[in-house]
Amino acid sequence: MGIIEAILLTVVTAATPLVLAAIGELVTERAGVLNLGVEGMMIMGAVLAFVATQATGSPYVGILAGIGGGALFSLLFGFLTLTLVANQVATGLALTILGLGISGQIGEAYVGMSGTKLPPIAIPGLSEIPYLGPLLFKQDLIFYISIALVIGVNWFLFKTRAGLKIRAIGDNHGSAHALGIGVIRTRYLAVLFGGACAGLAGAQLSLVYTPQWVENMSAGRGWIALALVVFASWRPWRVLAGGYLFGAVSISQLHAQALGLGIPSQFLSALPYVATVVVLVLISHNRRMTLINTPASLGKPFVPDR
Amino acid sequence: MRIELEKRPQASVFYAVLSPFIALVLTVIAGGIMFWLLGKDPVSALYSFFVEPLLDVWSLHEIAIKAAPLILIGVGLSICYRSNNWNIGAEGQFIMGAIAGSIVPVVFHEWHSPLVLPLMLIFGMIGGALYAAIPAFLKANLNTNEILSSLMLVYVAQFFLDWIVRGPWRSPEGYNFPVTRNFAPEAILPEILDSGRTNLGFVFAIVAAVLIWFMMRYTLKGFEITVLGQSERAGRFAGFSSRRMIWFSMLLSGALAGLAGISEVSGNINKLQPIISPGYGFTAIIVAFLGRLNPLGIIAAGLFLALTYVGGEAVQLTLTVSDKVTRVFQGLLLFFVLSCDTLILYKIRLVFPGRTAAVAQDGLQGGAE
Amino acid sequence: MKKLLLALATSAAVLGFAASASAQDKTKICFIYVGSKTDGGWTQAHDIGRQALQAEFGDKIETPFLESVPEGPDAERAIERMARSGCALVFTTSFGFMDATIKVAEKFPDVKFEHATGFKSAPNVATYNSRFYEGRYIQGQIAAKMSQKGVAGYIASFPIPEVVMGINAFVHGAQSVNPDFKVKVIWANTWFDPGKEADAAKALIDQGVDILTQHTDTTAPMQVAAERGIKAFGQASDMIKAGPETQLTAIVDTWGAYYIKRTKELLDGTWKSEQVWDGLKDGILTMAPYTNMPDDVKKMAEDTEAKIRSGELHPFTGPIKKQDGSEWLKDGEKPEDGVLLGMNFYIAGVDDKLPQ
Repeated sequence: MGIIEAILLTVVTAATPLVLAAIGELVTERAGVLNLGVEGMMIMGAVLAFVATQATGSPYVGILAGIGGGALFSLLFGFLTLTLVANQVATGLALTILGLGISGQIGEAYVGMSGTKLPPIAIPGLSEIPYLGPLLFKQDLIFYISIALVIGVNWFLFKTRAGLKIRAIGDNHGSAHALGIGVIRTRYLAVLFGGACAGLAGAQLSLVYTPQWVENMSAGRGWIALALVVFASWRPWRVLAGGYLFGAVSISQLHAQALGLGIPSQFLSALPYVATVVVLVLISHNRRMTLINTPASLGKPFVPDR
Repeated sequence: MRIELEKRPQASVFYAVLSPFIALVLTVIAGGIMFWLLGKDPVSALYSFFVEPLLDVWSLHEIAIKAAPLILIGVGLSICYRSNNWNIGAEGQFIMGAIAGSIVPVVFHEWHSPLVLPLMLIFGMIGGALYAAIPAFLKANLNTNEILSSLMLVYVAQFFLDWIVRGPWRSPEGYNFPVTRNFAPEAILPEILDSGRTNLGFVFAIVAAVLIWFMMRYTLKGFEITVLGQSERAGRFAGFSSRRMIWFSMLLSGALAGLAGISEVSGNINKLQPIISPGYGFTAIIVAFLGRLNPLGIIAAGLFLALTYVGGEAVQLTLTVSDKVTRVFQGLLLFFVLSCDTLILYKIRLVFPGRTAAVAQDGLQGGAE
Repeated sequence: MKKLLLALATSAAVLGFAASASAQDKTKICFIYVGSKTDGGWTQAHDIGRQALQAEFGDKIETPFLESVPEGPDAERAIERMARSGCALVFTTSFGFMDATIKVAEKFPDVKFEHATGFKSAPNVATYNSRFYEGRYIQGQIAAKMSQKGVAGYIASFPIPEVVMGINAFVHGAQSVNPDFKVKVIWANTWFDPGKEADAAKALIDQGVDILTQHTDTTAPMQVAAERGIKAFGQASDMIKAGPETQLTAIVDTWGAYYIKRTKELLDGTWKSEQVWDGLKDGILTMAPYTNMPDDVKKMAEDTEAKIRSGELHPFTGPIKKQDGSEWLKDGEKPEDGVLLGMNFYIAGVDDKLPQ
C-alpha cells in the first residue's frame, strides 16, 4: 500500500462522519429548520451504537441503535421548535448540553471497554481496481451509506415532488402552507432525518473511527458538520466536497508535522478552519447564486393560521 | 391527541412574567423524578440546586462572577440577533479581546501607572471588535455567511492563544509552563465589595445591559435595528442600510465580548493561559435567547444560568452525583423554560380527534387577559 | 406565617446540625478533577487513587470530589467550596489549578492543600508529581530493541516541559540501545480526542514508524497500532485490553500510594508542606506487565527498572547533547530536578522542531 493511498484512506474515515451529519442537517435546513444540536444528536448516536454493539455483539445492531437514538433525540427538538415554536437556536444548543450529559451518564460503565469494529465489505470485482478499489470499494457499510445518501438526497431534493415540497417550505412556509403542504408534518420528517443521520455519524465514531466509548468523543465534529452545510451553500455535492476537503487538510497537517517541517503545530492545527473560510469566501462572491440556495425561512417559527 | 397553538392578539404580559415560574415548577417535578430514579433524595437535591447557593454571601458573589461574562456577551449578541446577523463566534472574540487587552500587562510589564487598567479595557474591546470585523467584512463585502466564518474563527483564536502563551509570551519565571507572567496589581480589576470577590466586570455587565436596553427602547438606532431585523426591505425604504448594520452589530458585540474577555482575565485569572473560557461565548447564546433578546431579560437569564452552575456543584457534593447528572438537569431546565415561553405569544390547546369541541388547556386564561 | 417560618428555620437548623455532627467523625479528604472521573486517562487515574485511599481508611475518612472543573475562576470557586465544606486536605489534580490553589490557601490557612504537577507552594500547600520520565526511558530501550526500522512515533499532547521531558527520556533510552534511533513527533494539540489521536497514529505509521508511543489520554492510538499490526506503549493506565497483542508495557499512574501516605501523615499530625517528586521506587508510578516481547528484551527492561528503583541509574546521565549539537550533560553528569521540570529543548535524535 503506497503512502498516498494510506493517507487517502485516513481522510475517508475522518470525513465520513462530517459528511453524514452534514447531509442530514442539510435536509433539515432545506425545510427551514435550523437545528444547532447536531453535536448532541451525534454523541447520543455514538453512545447508543456502542452500548447496543456491546450488548448484542453485532455492530449492525449498533448502527440501527445509533440511527434510532439520534432520530428519537431529534424528536425532542422537533416537539419544542415545531409544536411549541420555541426558539430554534436556543433549543438546539440546549439539546447539545442535554446530549453530552445523557450520553456521559449512559456510557459511564462502558469507558475503557474495547469495542467491535465494523468490518469492511469488499465489493467483488470493483475492489480489485488498482488504487481506487481499496479506497472506494473495500470500506465499511457506513461509508457506502454516506455516499448513497449524498446521491440520494441530491436526487430527492431536486428531482422529486417531495423534495420540491421541502424546498418550497424552506423558502417560504407561508405560501407552502397556502398551497396545502403540511408544513409542520414535513418539517418533523426533515428533523427526524437530520437526527438519524447525525446518529449514524455518531455510530461511525464509536464503531469505525475509534471503536470505543469515551465521553465527548465527538469532540466538536457536530459543529464542523453544521459549518459544512453553510459552506456547501445547501447543495449536497458540496457537502461531500467540503467534508473531504476538511478531512484532507486535517490529515495533511499531521503528516506535515511528522515530516518535521518546523511550523508551529498550532498554526497547522488551525489550518482546516482557515481553509474552510477561505474556500467559502471564494465560492460565495456571487450573491445571487448564494441567495437562490439559502432557505429563506431558515430558523423562523411557523404557526398555521386558522 | 394533537397540540394546537393559537396566536394571541398581543403578547401576554401575564405569561411573560409567569412562564419562567411555570418552567421552574415543571423542572422541579421532572428533576425530582430524575433524582428519585437515581436513588437520591429529590428534596435535598433541589434544595442544593436552587436554594443553597442563594443563602450564602460567598456563593452570591460566585454567581455574580459567573454571570458577568455571560451577560456582557449576551447583550452584545442580542443586537446581532435582532438585526439578523448570526454571530456565533463570540467565544473567539472573547479570546482575542483577552489577548489584545493583555498586551499592556504582559509586554510592557515594567510600566506601572494608573492608566494600565483603562488601556487594557480599551485594547480588549478593540481586539474583540477587530476580530468580529473579519466576519463582518466578509459578509458585507464578499457575501460570506457569518455563521460559518465566525464559528471557524473561534478555533483559530483558540490555537492562536495556545501558541502565544507557549511561545512569545511565555512567562520567564514559569518553568516553561504555558502561562504568561502574572499581572501586576494595577492591572487587576478591583473587587467592588469587601464581602467577596465580585469585581468591576459585573458592573460593566450591568451598565452595558442597561445602556443597550436604553438604546433599543428610546433611540433611533434601536428602531433601526428592530426594523432591519424584521424586514431588510422595509428597512431600506426607511433609509436604513443593512450593510452598515452588519458592521455596527458585529463590532458592538465583538467589543462587548472582548471586554468580557479582558475583564475575565484581569479580574479572575490574572494572567493568560491556554484555556481562559469554559465556553462562555456559546453559553451566552443560550443566555441571549433565554433573556428573549431583551437586555434586562439577559441580566436575569445570565444570573439564573450562573445559579445552575454554582448549584450544580453543590448537588455534586451533597449527593455525590456525577457532573453529568447536573448537566442533564441543566438541559431539562432550559427545555422547560424555552417551551413555556410559547405561552406568551400563543394559547395552547389539546385537540382530541373525534371530538368537535377542543378542550381548552389554558386554565389561567381568565386571569391572563 | 411567622410561626411557619420559625418552624422551618428550626428544622433546617436541626438538619444542619445533624449533618455537621456526622461529618465531624470523619476526616474529609477532598479532590478537584479537571476531567470526568471516567475519562479513561488522567482523571480516572486520580480517581482510582482516591478509591484506593477510601478503601485504605474505610469509615475514618470521606473523599468527596468535584469533576470536570474548568481551569480559571471556576477552579477557584470549586476549591474554595471544598475548603468551606470542612475538608482537611484538598488535592487539586491539574497544573492549571495552581494559582487558584494558592489563592484559596491564603484565605484558609488551617486547610491543607496539595497541588499536582505545579511549582508554587506555601506553608499549607504542598506539591506532588510523578517521575514519568523513568518509565519513558524504559519504553525507549524496549522500542529500540523491538523496532525493525529504528524509528518510533510519538503522539504528544501539548509542548509543556512534562511532555518534552518524556520525549527526551524515550529518545535517550532508545539511543542507549541503538545510537541511531530516531523518533518522529506529532503534536495533537489535545489531551483527549480519540479521533484526532487515531489520525495522528495512522499518519505516523504511514510515514514508516513501527513502534508507537503516546502522551495523550485515550486508547485510540493503541487500537490503531493493533489494527496495523505494530507494537505500542500505553499511557496513564494499563491499556492491555485495547491491544492484547500490541501493548509492550504502559506507564501506570498509581497516585493512590501517595494519597494514602499523605493522609496518614495528616491523621498523625506530621503533615508538612513539601515538594514531592516521586518515581518508580515510591510506587507512584508502575510499569504494566512487559508483554508481547522476547525474553531477552523483557529481562533488559526488568533490569533497567530495578536499577532505576535502586537509584543506580538516573535516566538522564551524561554525556547528552542537545538537538543543536551543543553539550547538555558531561560524561556521568546528572541534571538538577529544576532543569528537568522546566525542560524546553530536545536532545539529539528527535526528528522534530520543538514548538516555541
